[in-house]
Amino acid sequence: MIQADLNVILPEIMLAVYAMAALLVAVYTGKDKLAPMLVWLTAAGMVIIAAIVGLSGDGTNVAFGGMFVDDAFSRFAKVTILLSAAAVLVMSQDYMTRRGLLRFEYPILVALASVGMMMMVSAGDLMALYMGLELQSLALYVVASLRRDSAKSTEAGLKYFVLGALSSGLLLYGASLVYGYSGTTLFSGIIQAAQHGEVSLGMLFGLIFVISGLAFKVSAVPFHMWTPDVYEGSPTPVTAFFATAPKMAAMGLFARVAHDAFGGIVADWSQVIALLSLLSMFLGAVAAIGQTNIKRLMAYSSIAHMGYALMGLAAGTAFGVQALLVYMVIYVTMNVGTFAFILMMEKDGQPVTDIRSLGMYSKREPGRALAMLVLLFSLAGVPPMLGFFGKLYVLRAAYDAGLAWLAIAGVVASVIGAFYYLRIVYYMYFGDDESEALDQGSGTPVLWGFLMASAAVMVLGIINMFGVEGAAAAAAAVLVN
Amino acid sequence: MDNLLSIVTFIPAVAAAILALLLRGDDEDARRNAKWVALFATSATFLVSLFILFGFDPQNTGFQFVEEGEWLLGLQYKMGVDGISILFVMLTTFMMPLVIAASWDVTHRVKEYMIAFLLLETLMLGVFMALDLVLFYLFFEAGLIPMFLIIGIWGGKERIYASFKFFLYTFLGSVLMLVAMVGMFSDAGTTDITALLTHEFGSEDFSVLGIHIVGGMQTLMWLAFFASFAVKMPMWPVHTWLPDAHVQAPTAGSVVLAAILLKMGGYGFLRFSLPMFPVGSEVMGPLVLWMSAIAIVYTSLVALVQEDMKKLIAYSSVAHMGFVTMGIFAANQQGIDGAIFQMISHGFISGALFLCVGVIYDRMHTRDIDAYGGLVNRMPAYALIFMLFTMANVGLPGTSGFVGEFLTLMAVFQVNTWVAAVATTGVIFSAGYALWLYRRVVMGDLIKESLKSITDMTRRERAIFAPLVVMTILLGVYPSLVTDIIGPSVEALVGNYETALASAKAAVQHASN
Repeated sequence: MIQADLNVILPEIMLAVYAMAALLVAVYTGKDKLAPMLVWLTAAGMVIIAAIVGLSGDGTNVAFGGMFVDDAFSRFAKVTILLSAAAVLVMSQDYMTRRGLLRFEYPILVALASVGMMMMVSAGDLMALYMGLELQSLALYVVASLRRDSAKSTEAGLKYFVLGALSSGLLLYGASLVYGYSGTTLFSGIIQAAQHGEVSLGMLFGLIFVISGLAFKVSAVPFHMWTPDVYEGSPTPVTAFFATAPKMAAMGLFARVAHDAFGGIVADWSQVIALLSLLSMFLGAVAAIGQTNIKRLMAYSSIAHMGYALMGLAAGTAFGVQALLVYMVIYVTMNVGTFAFILMMEKDGQPVTDIRSLGMYSKREPGRALAMLVLLFSLAGVPPMLGFFGKLYVLRAAYDAGLAWLAIAGVVASVIGAFYYLRIVYYMYFGDDESEALDQGSGTPVLWGFLMASAAVMVLGIINMFGVEGAAAAAAAVLVN
Repeated sequence: MDNLLSIVTFIPAVAAAILALLLRGDDEDARRNAKWVALFATSATFLVSLFILFGFDPQNTGFQFVEEGEWLLGLQYKMGVDGISILFVMLTTFMMPLVIAASWDVTHRVKEYMIAFLLLETLMLGVFMALDLVLFYLFFEAGLIPMFLIIGIWGGKERIYASFKFFLYTFLGSVLMLVAMVGMFSDAGTTDITALLTHEFGSEDFSVLGIHIVGGMQTLMWLAFFASFAVKMPMWPVHTWLPDAHVQAPTAGSVVLAAILLKMGGYGFLRFSLPMFPVGSEVMGPLVLWMSAIAIVYTSLVALVQEDMKKLIAYSSVAHMGFVTMGIFAANQQGIDGAIFQMISHGFISGALFLCVGVIYDRMHTRDIDAYGGLVNRMPAYALIFMLFTMANVGLPGTSGFVGEFLTLMAVFQVNTWVAAVATTGVIFSAGYALWLYRRVVMGDLIKESLKSITDMTRRERAIFAPLVVMTILLGVYPSLVTDIIGPSVEALVGNYETALASAKAAVQHASN
């Protein structure tokens, strides 16, 4: 029995054991001297585990009496999480080494956060959910304040911690209400208690608090306030990490809770999520207009993108979940490329985050500027880039579910949002040449490679999306039935 | 050659990729190579596209040269041409070599310039050939990116404002169309345009937020498409992006914008609005007719007071597009024949007029009408060519401009006499502003010091104008060249429109009994 259970969570165990072993080894031996090697080792380990997860066959395996679920949905999310986490780790190595930030704890904390994220998307029980969520969050709080001597970084970590604790509180309160009214913490039990037409008021209260807590993690409006400050304050590689893997994990968890636990009362949560989606899209679009700091800008951009992804969830259908997954994969790919670009923005070896410093960047670095141009139009959702197909997916899901108003609001917000992406294009291509130029040829070949690969994916992906479509459909099918 | 259309569409894109990946450096040789590659690619595209024209059977009103393939999300990669689209394809391939040749003196970032124009050509051709809703949208919208860059990088002083306005204005119009397309996808279960042409969308009245909507779903979808095409066209009162974009764009950009990009709106009306939403078109038709009439008169009057030559021609474009929308929504054979004819002929004429402005702008670096006068003394050849196109713009019989205006006016007269009467005054105004412009720029004595040394057109410039002159006169004296090709398809379109309208009315009648 226990043997079978352990087999199911083998990937998580492998990563957790690796993290702890690496911690011990590093503490007793070279400490920070080992860090660069650990970064590569961790990334390689994540890629291997992603391969194991992705190729481990199909079917649904349940462990620990339903608390842990390994199905097509969780495998899809885990592969995305692990690969994006590995990409960001590799990207951060040079940046952090040169600024003396690369401590051996960093790759280990990222690995632990990834274990938490894998738990999150596999959770089949409120307790397992909370455990995964906290394991992820605690690791993230620490990496946010990795730059100990910087007030901003410390502030980011503290802010993230305090607000994250608040959201955990909300989530726990909701979970306790749900438990109280359904008598179980298992999703499979909750879904039987929460059926349409016979759901109690207390249960609905619990549901709303759980949604609030999760909305915090995906940074949906009105629970988004921490995002710009944390994005700005954290070291850029950490920001890149925040913008990718944890978003995918939180979205996966959101979808899992909504459909696995509350799949019987879709109509009740769909309207709440539709509202979150609407507010996120508009706030993300409007608030970024005034930003000149590219990290803050990307924070608002990610808020807006979470709004679009939530549109797929709000549809409450299998197609909606498929749209959500496709959207998130595209989003994560775009962000890896965009942050590779941001990591390369340097002047005299110091990182620069002001978009005005990009004046006429295209003249000095035509290749990079072109790749960034592709990514920006993709972020804005302009065809023929892949970002457009992500939007098309969620729009169709929303329209089919009778949320035509949300679809219309979404496209209007995308026009408003297009402005600030265009503004970066404007600086790079039409801006004046007077501003002091950024360093040429900065960054490592690794960053350059990720930027180019991501841009290429945005263009070439429109041919067949590299098969993500079918995998997402299979993943959505097991979640919604 | 069963993928002729894809070959034609993607030749320029391949050339752009070659330029982007293989051409290095920014010295004199690299620039010359970029120009020659672009000219060669666009010319090759034109020559290959002649196979489409000669292989096309006008009597067949269905789609020809059709290519089909699976694509993601249940969409299709489907291309094809029929009598309505083929001439737009030819117009595009015909104009692009001229546009490249007209940009021969560009010195600023030549490689990127040529790449932008080559990509733009691929996207424009795709718009006219796509037979899948989303594929159409993809090409339609993607064209904004190169145009945004063309205006923004190689434009005039106010280029930043103009490029943002151009992009956001047209983007806003199009995204509403996207929602309607998603709705059509849900309703019909397919994005295949040939299937959608025969699909009947619901036309029962219903209320949204207390507003009673006559024509129901069709009217709403019609409005969403209208938002996009009316901006692209552009129709009064959403035309304000056009003068800004035209004035700030480089000459070649203006030519492409006027000659081809504006035609996408008219093509969209013919491909989507009229055949797919006949009830919506019937309900909203009178409004469009009046908006067109207002556009013709209003923008002609505005053109009269312009001091910038490009702006004047831009406003005259809006007025001429008014004839097009009027003809389309008269919804009879003459009207649609006339509208297509007007679009083709306007492609040549307005393109040539912007090139005319470009010729003297390259010499004097100003577009102010006041800065010129008496050019005929130093530039007789220029004066002659400019006069020909001025007359064609006015609609002088014997030039192609006349045929389109006459056909559309005649068609509208049968539908709504008052609109026709108002629109006809526009013809007089157009004579007013065009001739006045010509007088101020070309006629009179050459008194301005700065103009004393101006030179006449070079051989390259004359060579660019020659094909345009030929086409303008040829179509003016022998319009059947166009109408023979489009006639049967237009007839089928009008026939289907009337049948669909009758059956929708019968269905509503049936439902109410």
